[in-house]
Amino acid sequence: MKGRVDPKSGFVVDLKQLKDVMNREVLDALDHRFLNKEVPEFLTRIPTTENIAIAIWERLQPKLRSAQLHRVRVYETPDLFVDFYGEA
Amino acid sequence: MKAHLTRRYVFSASHRLHSDQLSVEENRATYGKCNNPYGHGHNYIVEITVSGPVDEQTGMVCNLVDLDSFVQGQVVGRYDHQSLNLLPEFANSVPTTENLCLSIYKIVKRGFRGAHLDKIRIEETMMNSFEYAGESSN
Repeated sequence: MKGRVDPKSGFVVDLKQLKDVMNREVLDALDHRFLNKEVPEFLTRIPTTENIAIAIWERLQPKLRSAQLHRVRVYETPDLFVDFYGEA
Repeated sequence: MKAHLTRRYVFSASHRLHSDQLSVEENRATYGKCNNPYGHGHNYIVEITVSGPVDEQTGMVCNLVDLDSFVQGQVVGRYDHQSLNLLPEFANSVPTTENLCLSIYKIVKRGFRGAHLDKIRIEETMMNSFEYAGESSN
């Protein structure tokens, strides 16, 4: 996330709010799921780490109000990760 | 949609920081114990970031098997268990991790055709790291 540091709270983003959105929009939908069969995005796209990063961005971005989504990073293993910045 | 993929690789090598353009005293003052005559080793962690459009058919930025085989062959194979000072690219430059970043960037930029090279990042120890993303983006 990125944004101006709120002068009253000193936060870029309310972490509790972010956590709630993340849990509701992303984790509830993906955690313990068979990605290919149970997550709608992956009925038409291969669930590569690239596409998982894009799907998470698309799920989060419209729901985040207080600050701007800067990057989604998905670690597939400790040695391999994908970053998505919302670039076309 | 453009995504950026980062892969980490490890190799072990030794180096001695010593410049022929500096006097004995200047080398000692500049490099400290890293100037000790017989060098010392590091377990280097190299992070290579490539980017490109996510292919609609494969869902991938690039084929990881191709990237791995290129880097294992051309980078890890070249530097692992070597004394960096003896390699031709460091005949006229000091094998600092800054210069190692430049050398690895050059190798990957020139040889790997699977995706655009964004940047090379090297962790020399868990306390310090260096990165190089080419001239134009700096």
